[in-house]
Amino acid sequence: MSEHHHGHDHDHHHHDNHFTDMEARVKALETVLTEKGLIDPAAIDAIVETYETKIGPRNGARVVAKAWVDPDFAEWLKRDATEAIASLGYTGRQGEHMRAVFNTAETHNLVVCTLCSCYPWSVLGLPPVWYKAPPYRSRAVIDPRGVLQEFGLILPETTRIRVWDSTAELRYLVIPERPADTDGFSEEELAGLVTRDAMIGTGLALSGETLR
Amino acid sequence: MNGPHDLGGAHGLGPVAPEKDEPYFHGEWEKRALGVTLSCGAFGAWTIDESRHARESLPPATYLSASYYEIWTRALETLLKRHGFVSQAELDGGHRLEPCASPKRVLKADMVAGVLAKGAPCDRPAEGLPRFAAGDPVKTKNFNPETHTRLPRYARAKLGRVEAVQGFFVFPDDNAHGRGENPQWVYTVVFDGPEIWGEGADPTLTVSIDAWESYLEHV
Repeated sequence: MSEHHHGHDHDHHHHDNHFTDMEARVKALETVLTEKGLIDPAAIDAIVETYETKIGPRNGARVVAKAWVDPDFAEWLKRDATEAIASLGYTGRQGEHMRAVFNTAETHNLVVCTLCSCYPWSVLGLPPVWYKAPPYRSRAVIDPRGVLQEFGLILPETTRIRVWDSTAELRYLVIPERPADTDGFSEEELAGLVTRDAMIGTGLALSGETLR
Repeated sequence: MNGPHDLGGAHGLGPVAPEKDEPYFHGEWEKRALGVTLSCGAFGAWTIDESRHARESLPPATYLSASYYEIWTRALETLLKRHGFVSQAELDGGHRLEPCASPKRVLKADMVAGVLAKGAPCDRPAEGLPRFAAGDPVKTKNFNPETHTRLPRYARAKLGRVEAVQGFFVFPDDNAHGRGENPQWVYTVVFDGPEIWGEGADPTLTVSIDAWESYLEHV
């Protein structure tokens, strides 16, 4: 098994340039593939730059803010989230089949992928480590209240909790409720209240106070 | 397969531990791992379902102790070897030693924006009519294939109801193993918490999965 063959990698590097096993392993992979003409290191740079600067939770926040101020857009999101979101320019990888799920006073939505790491990249960017890790994936479906508590979110006992396990190619975006103290806020200001966690369901939108 | 990836309902895996102001990457190697994985996906040599199966086929102890980029990287090595792009000797030595298979496509920098914006839709033109409709009570099947499936263990042999017909999608259980796309209708099926977790379950909880038609039977 390849797992047992990485020890030697340390021999190739200077002592002031300590490589962990994974650093060495990925370096070897990239080097071999580049030497074979199979990958373009500049393409890797472009991918990384895209997810560091262009595709992230600001996209989703704009979707949510628009849904808060524009009832027609909110209806479109409910009916065909993929198209509605595409109208704002957010399309593509891991956002091909979008569904928007709306929190209400009675129901709180929470999204997980128990089987791997499915996540709506086109609107939220790359998933955080905890979303892909065993504790969240194991407990979101059996103990969502316990999980939410670890995010500092304690919901009323009567609130219904709906957990969406992303087992197929549909990708879920939670539309949190608009905070009560935001009358007169611009769409741009509202977007500033929409956190990544609020769109996964592990948080709520920030209160308008935050901006004052 | 009943692998280490099928985590819903497992105990003892610790607190979630969200990281405040988490960076997108924890180290340079994670950036390269992401880029290499997506670049190799562009070869067109394997499907997303085959790559998911390669990840869940890692030894359970490895899977559960690895970060996700490590899982991706280890699975990618498997896929690259399986499809003749690299040899173990090359991975060990860190350099090219031999010729390899030809990819359908090499992802160049100027293609990245277009490829990411386009994505890879997994729905297909519908054939036939869905067997189930929104509101139908259904039971999920009980099966334990050693091969890839997207019906989690916790949701097998459970009573639920169809909430929505979601479209006609590539069937991963076949596609992961080169048996063709064989698309089927996909449904959102919702279960009451007590149906899944029994005694002591949170009565305010409902859980839904997205299920291919062949996972379901009429009640």
